[in-house]
Amino acid sequence: MKKSFLFISCEEAKHICDKRQYDEASGWERIKLGLRLAWCRVTRSYSSKNNKLTQAMKKAEVNCLNQTEKQNLQNAFEQELAKYQH
Amino acid sequence: MANHKIEPNNWIKLYSDYLFNYTITRVSSREIAQDLVSETFLAGLKSMSNFKGKASERTWLVSILKRKIIDHYRKINSKKGKAEVRMSYNSGDENDGDWLEEQIADSSDMTAQDSMENTELGNQIYECLSKLPNKQAQVFKMKTILGYETKAICNELNITASNLWVIIHRARTTLAECMEKNWLK
Repeated sequence: MKKSFLFISCEEAKHICDKRQYDEASGWERIKLGLRLAWCRVTRSYSSKNNKLTQAMKKAEVNCLNQTEKQNLQNAFEQELAKYQH
Repeated sequence: MANHKIEPNNWIKLYSDYLFNYTITRVSSREIAQDLVSETFLAGLKSMSNFKGKASERTWLVSILKRKIIDHYRKINSKKGKAEVRMSYNSGDENDGDWLEEQIADSSDMTAQDSMENTELGNQIYECLSKLPNKQAQVFKMKTILGYETKAICNELNITASNLWVIIHRARTTLAECMEKNWLK
């Protein structure tokens, strides 16, 4: 029981690593992740790939439509599409 | 040989984000980008009979979009368009008298090559995103690109927070592998 207080599983480490990409990991979670990263090669590899993905997303500044914009587009398109399907 | 079929029912779901991302890097506002994407889909419908199936639907739609973007710039650079531009040399504050060039902030030190590389990187990210199941792509875009709060996504899609993190984890794992193969190395 005490062990899990500080030592976490690989799965939990990956989960914290995911949360950290969005600045949603707490300070305590980051400490636990740091400890795991110090000795677990699998977590280190996952973390490295995950960080690279975050950096790539930031660098590319990709954009997309939000739900409302997409719905508006869909509605306008469906109206027009109906004309071609009759 | 015609390998690709045309399926307009899926266009919005499959290509709207890609086309929007393509456009937003080339025009000045979200509204204009949305209009151009919308016009592209409508033009695609009108000219469906011209689709030979040699290129993919997406490539074909992008070629229509490129023409729409050029038309957009032609329009705003026409005499009428120029006449509609209103600029104020003097802003009325302490910067009075500064040349227009001096008033424009140097937004970044990005070179043309950096910009091209980022565009290619964006295209590669969309390539990899297109390989994700719909739900994963949707949640990933909402969380990572649109920056929605976890709670907002859960409410919108009616899923729990732990569900969301499982979806995010799967999406990130697939994307990281895809990007590593094709870009990061």
